[in-house]
Amino acid sequence: MNDVNAYIGLSAVLFTIGAIGVLTRRNAIVVFMCVELMLNACNLALVAFAHQHGNLDGQVAAFFVMVVAAAEVVVGLAIIMTIFRTRRSASVDDASLLKY
Amino acid sequence: MFLYTEGGHSIPVVDPVSAADAGGVFPLLWLVIALPLLGATILLLGGRRTDAWGHLLGTATAVGSFVLSTLLLIAMMGREEGDRSVTQHLWDWVSVGGYEIGMDLLVDPLSILFLMLITGVGSLIHVYSIGYMEHDPRRRRFFAYLNLFVAAMLMLVLAENYLGVFLGWEGVGLASYLLIGFWQHKPSAAAAAKKAFVINRVGDIGMSLAIAMFFVTFGSASFTVISANASGAGEGTMTAIGFLLLLGAAGKSAQVPLQAWLLDAMEGPTPVSALIHAATMVTAGVYLVVRSNFVFEAAPAAQTAVVVVATVTLLWGAVIGCAKDDIKKALAGSTMSQIGYMMLAAGLGVYGYAYAIFHLITHGFFKANMFLGAGSVMHGMNDDVDMRHYGALRKLMPVTFLTFAMGYLAIIGFPLFSGFWSKDKIIETALVESPVFGICALIGAGVTGFYMTRVMLMTFFGEKRWQDGVHPHESPSVMTFPLIVLAALSVLGGVLYLGGWIKDWLVPVVGKAPEHELPFPAIVFSLITVAVVAVGVAVAWLTVGKRPIPSTAPTDVSFVTRAARNDLYGDAINDTLVVEPGKALTRGLVSADRSLVDGLFTGGASLVQGLGQGLRRAQNGFVRSYALSILAGVVIVLAALLVVNL
Repeated sequence: MNDVNAYIGLSAVLFTIGAIGVLTRRNAIVVFMCVELMLNACNLALVAFAHQHGNLDGQVAAFFVMVVAAAEVVVGLAIIMTIFRTRRSASVDDASLLKY
Repeated sequence: MFLYTEGGHSIPVVDPVSAADAGGVFPLLWLVIALPLLGATILLLGGRRTDAWGHLLGTATAVGSFVLSTLLLIAMMGREEGDRSVTQHLWDWVSVGGYEIGMDLLVDPLSILFLMLITGVGSLIHVYSIGYMEHDPRRRRFFAYLNLFVAAMLMLVLAENYLGVFLGWEGVGLASYLLIGFWQHKPSAAAAAKKAFVINRVGDIGMSLAIAMFFVTFGSASFTVISANASGAGEGTMTAIGFLLLLGAAGKSAQVPLQAWLLDAMEGPTPVSALIHAATMVTAGVYLVVRSNFVFEAAPAAQTAVVVVATVTLLWGAVIGCAKDDIKKALAGSTMSQIGYMMLAAGLGVYGYAYAIFHLITHGFFKANMFLGAGSVMHGMNDDVDMRHYGALRKLMPVTFLTFAMGYLAIIGFPLFSGFWSKDKIIETALVESPVFGICALIGAGVTGFYMTRVMLMTFFGEKRWQDGVHPHESPSVMTFPLIVLAALSVLGGVLYLGGWIKDWLVPVVGKAPEHELPFPAIVFSLITVAVVAVGVAVAWLTVGKRPIPSTAPTDVSFVTRAARNDLYGDAINDTLVVEPGKALTRGLVSADRSLVDGLFTGGASLVQGLGQGLRRAQNGFVRSYALSILAGVVIVLAALLVVNL
């Protein structure tokens, strides 16, 4: 039991770090990495719970998350590249044209 | 069958026998209405195909009704006195809950007299119109409306319940609207038609409320039921009903304060004026009051109101008649005044009902005669109505002049002419019953003598004042024939009173009361009346006949003359008391609608719009603030779940 608590605690800490990173950093690459961190925190929690319950549901879900993350990286990095090419900047705050 | 009041008045209960039992021509009663109605339907639906013979068909249906009415009268005279009311059930009309209203007709000594007047005078007016409207491209339509008018009026007097009366009542209103505005290309005619219609609606409110009260009080609108139970309904209720009926009667009969439409109604073709003033429409109010005698006998206050309204009207109309230069408007003023006499008699109760009807019939004769005569004069004068442009027409229009003169002598009450008998009896009864009103009626008779003599002198005597290009000529015989018949009736109408015939004839409908002791012999009253009339005639001779008449109306005249030329400011009074406050109310309602009701909706819309404007600011384009709001949302949802689960 305590093992799981430790994993969940680590997962929560990682998720929080990721969330704070997303909210505070301006560089798109760093924001992106923080999103990955949050996804992996979720994966950790899923695997820990799967272990605790003794079945494979959580682990399967973790695979799905990885697949999604990989796809997201492909699309996200492409967008970041394009933005960088047009504006010579990777700051998310600069890309604020789409607004009211 | 009669009910008796404390004063010894007998009030008849309507208790008719069915037409099928009565036999003879009575089962054909419905045809009296159906014939003119059929005529109107054929002429209106047939369209131009009926143009060639439309006027003949219209006249034929009216004459057919007249023949049938005559047969009915003869058949009725052959029946026992207490047995002369005959009813015919045509079909069940309204059957709702406990209310059963049949389409029932009732012919009794009162309605048969109206039948004779409406169909008889109506037929003559139809004949006259053949000539008068000869050059009008819409003559066929005119005859359709005339037929409709006659049919509606017949419905009004033949109905056995107030709802049926109301049907005819509204039909008359519709037909008068169509006919007054017949020359609708004239804005003044269209406005006059609308005015007549709207003012009549005011009276109709009274009529419809009275019917509603009949239903509430008696559970029925049938004369039979109401007359049998009228005394048990309580004076308060009956007074209220009486006032409402008076309002209705005032609207139709052009009594003060609803008199303003009558003078404008002269915009219609002249035969229409004759029909409205003599045979139909304005007599409806008098009919209503006389027919509702069982209501008014139980409501003395309402009776007094009738007398007051009538007296005011008879003086009002007479004063207007004195100042008008338009021959038709002068005659219209006199109609108003004469209807006032009838209402006065009707308001006097059992003593007066018969005289009201008597005067109504003689007035129908001589007023139709004079209106058609005026039409004949206009026909010869290129439709000029200004009497200041007439003068010296008696040589060129001998038939019109002589027939008009008969009507003139009848209306002023020249001894032995019809109007002498009928008006004399009204003044006599009024003087005995309530001297104040009697003296007013007497003064009215003098004024009548004045204004009718003025019309006569300005039209047929004196110098020629014709406009250029006017060549007066006698009208064709199709127009003079009705004039001659009506002139004969104007002279001889008094025979209805031979031996008090009309009084006895109407007893089954209006009841009777013990005879009054007259303070003087009846001849004294007659002499006084004739003397007063003679004064009026003499004044007219001195002021109009002996002086030259300017061909434009002088403007430096007394206040009274100016007021009378403006219809005694009837329109101004209506405008100030009703129209302007009505407009102000409308404006107030419109602005309340705009600010309050619209404000509620537009305000709601603006609120949502403002909210949207504010929320739009949240869409600021910064990805990180979106992320923050997502996070905040998640936290709130989680917190909420926790709170719920705890």
